[in-house]
Amino acid sequence: MTLPRRGYSTHPPNAKLNLPVDYSTTPLLAHSSQAALHNPELPLDVRDGATKRMNLFQAINDALSLALAEDESVLLFGEDVAFGGVFRCSMKLAEMYGGDRVFNTPLSEQGIMGFAIGAAAEGMRPVAEIQFADYVFPAFDQMVNEAAKFRYRDGTCGRHVGGLTVRMPCGAVGHGALYHSQSPEALFTHVPGWRVVMPRSPLQAKGLLLAAIRSNDPVVFMEPKVLYRAAVEQVPVAPYELPLSKAEVLKEGKDLTIVSYGQPLYLCLNAIRQAEQDLGISAELIDLRTIYPWDRKTVLRSVQKTGRCIVVHESMVNAGVGAEVAAAIQEDASTFVRLEAPVLRLAGWSIPTPLVFEKFNIPDVARIYDGIKKILNY
Amino acid sequence: MKIRRFPGLAPSLRGPSLLLPSRGTAIAFTPLATHRLAGSLSQRPDSKYVQFPGAVKSAFTNALSFEQPASHEAMPTYRAVDQNGHVVDSSFKPDLSDEEVIKLYRHMLLVSIMDIIMFDSQRQGRISFYMVSAGEEAVTVGSASALAKEDVVFCQYREQGVFAQRGFTPRDFMNQLFANKKDPGKGRNMPVHYGSRELNIHTISSPLATQIPHASGAAYALKMQHLHNPSSVPPRVAVVYFGEGAASEGDFHAALNIAATRSCPVIFICRNNGYSISTPVLEQYRGDGIASRGVGYGIETVRVDGNDIWAIREATKRAREMALQDGGRPVLIEALTYRVGHHSTSDDSFAYRARVEVEEWKRRDNPISRLRKWMEAKGIWDEAKEKEAREGIRRDLLKAFQEAEKEKKPPIRTMFEDVYEELTPEIKGQMAELRDLIERYPDEYDVNDFDGGKDSLK
Repeated sequence: MTLPRRGYSTHPPNAKLNLPVDYSTTPLLAHSSQAALHNPELPLDVRDGATKRMNLFQAINDALSLALAEDESVLLFGEDVAFGGVFRCSMKLAEMYGGDRVFNTPLSEQGIMGFAIGAAAEGMRPVAEIQFADYVFPAFDQMVNEAAKFRYRDGTCGRHVGGLTVRMPCGAVGHGALYHSQSPEALFTHVPGWRVVMPRSPLQAKGLLLAAIRSNDPVVFMEPKVLYRAAVEQVPVAPYELPLSKAEVLKEGKDLTIVSYGQPLYLCLNAIRQAEQDLGISAELIDLRTIYPWDRKTVLRSVQKTGRCIVVHESMVNAGVGAEVAAAIQEDASTFVRLEAPVLRLAGWSIPTPLVFEKFNIPDVARIYDGIKKILNY
Repeated sequence: MKIRRFPGLAPSLRGPSLLLPSRGTAIAFTPLATHRLAGSLSQRPDSKYVQFPGAVKSAFTNALSFEQPASHEAMPTYRAVDQNGHVVDSSFKPDLSDEEVIKLYRHMLLVSIMDIIMFDSQRQGRISFYMVSAGEEAVTVGSASALAKEDVVFCQYREQGVFAQRGFTPRDFMNQLFANKKDPGKGRNMPVHYGSRELNIHTISSPLATQIPHASGAAYALKMQHLHNPSSVPPRVAVVYFGEGAASEGDFHAALNIAATRSCPVIFICRNNGYSISTPVLEQYRGDGIASRGVGYGIETVRVDGNDIWAIREATKRAREMALQDGGRPVLIEALTYRVGHHSTSDDSFAYRARVEVEEWKRRDNPISRLRKWMEAKGIWDEAKEKEAREGIRRDLLKAFQEAEKEKKPPIRTMFEDVYEELTPEIKGQMAELRDLIERYPDEYDVNDFDGGKDSLK
């Protein structure tokens, strides 16, 4: 007996654009040790060191392990963290660093966040986990009113919760529906005091997470859960940091700029490749990495060069990160005069993420490809 | 059929029938033998007690009967000294010298005299806001007097007595209230949102109850720091104050539960003064106050007469010892008292309660007069000393008031700082924009009250 074929998370047989991302060949991942170490952002001693193949959850696990090893004030906690986490990110860490430093909390997001803030205020470096970004909202008050404003209101007393990092799996995963798919990054970018980071790959996740944990500002670290197992690359074994609030130009181009972050970067690249082949153009691809405070300079410089910009993200288009990027582009006088087309936002529709309609909701390769055509034909 | 690989699934569980580890789904991977013994969970035949993991000490009963809140007597309220200043707990021995007792008394007086001065000055428009703590001076001064200097304190906002007891001077109060350039909060916070690093009191924030789980987390930090460096870091507790209204917030629940499960050395002190702004306790809860909840979280709890400074001091002293025992644990103290003053300067409490009710409390049972009676009975206080103390305190406060009122406001630049550890390029740009605006519209902004004028925006 054959089971009925699922009507979602599949690709139509004749599709040319909306094909599964082949993470084993994408140039956005370092498939060889050489490619991984060729990164000029890595410290020299790390570039001379060894690498290991890791997927995203393993790279996060590696970063957490290094952070716990290098600083006894680092604590790791959340729901179901002790046995390794529902996404395996904290595997073996409780055994290695002890139940006092890696532990389960009761099931209460506001409790997790409040507890983390108190620990950070007394000099610890808590890494709190919210099991899904969809469940961060009970902790919103603690994040917005407390963590974000802690340093500001303490004034010359100088206390802060900069040691705090909040990790949360985010983004669509094919079947997560309303409460296992959300990407609430834009909500955090509207809160002065937090840094908001989303990595696209294992190598990046390790460096950005270590930077986040060591940073003296609180950081929301959002992990695209669809990449936990899918994205595999060579990752330097040594500890290293990648800079916060710095975008990365993944691919240079001259006709348009695409700005994105997290998993959609893979879709952008596929769309760019097809468009470059079909239309004979060249596109620049920028990974924001830190969504707030974001690297305006790199984006503006690129758009000044190309004159066209598309912003791509999964979360809802209205008041999303794309709105801020587009506004900043038109507001900057020396970029505005170089614009040859309106800035285009390709993002989730203004709806929740519905189960069987996911593939129609979030921007895919076809939409990005079409966006490229539209912006070039303007 | 092609089996998709879903992130988040253990290899053994990958398969078409399994999706994301949805919330609340227990995923049994490798057995967690470290946490529970394999044999301890099964229901043994003929056992009189349940063996379900949720409550292992519960006996079976054949009679269906719901537990009645009313069948439990209200938790008793501990008193050491009664309304007339007489000692009622025969085991109670004051452990302070006469001078130290007088200091406590003076701190209570300071808070109560400052209440009157500042309430009036808000009415005159000289400060924007104030909150009195009349009637609750014993809870704050008494509990703070039982703590070590290194203990970390979190307040709600009606705890001026804690600040006074730990060393806040009239000047410190006034600088914050006037938000001048000497205010550690750099003029960013509303009046009464004090904070002090030296005194180990975290800066007050307006959202209610948010500080309660902070205290649990801080207590865990203090415990870990002592464990890591027992010789250089002394054992410390975290202490958190909140009202009975704040205890209805989810953060109260979260804080007590996590403190109990993580064995945090934290003392929760609830000021149950009968009202949350206009809401009387009958509309706040239907259980036996806040104290009865502590037991539900597995937390040792005591209820004390909050107008008896000795009772609250004794309870806090004992709570501190308990909190530090056996690897640490939380303790809950509910102090029953009465909010004699209005909720704040933005509130007229006679809109929802009778003036006579308030007058009765002021007259019949007042924490300050109770300690005064005790001191007079002991022969260490009299009318002359009272008069002298009140006049001296009033003088100090007014002097500090005048000085603080005259100080400049903090530099305008201060508004942009401390959002992050360093100014971001975005914020630097906005600072320049504001400076430019002020320069082009000099008549629209009064910058002279601010230290350094517009030049601080460079």
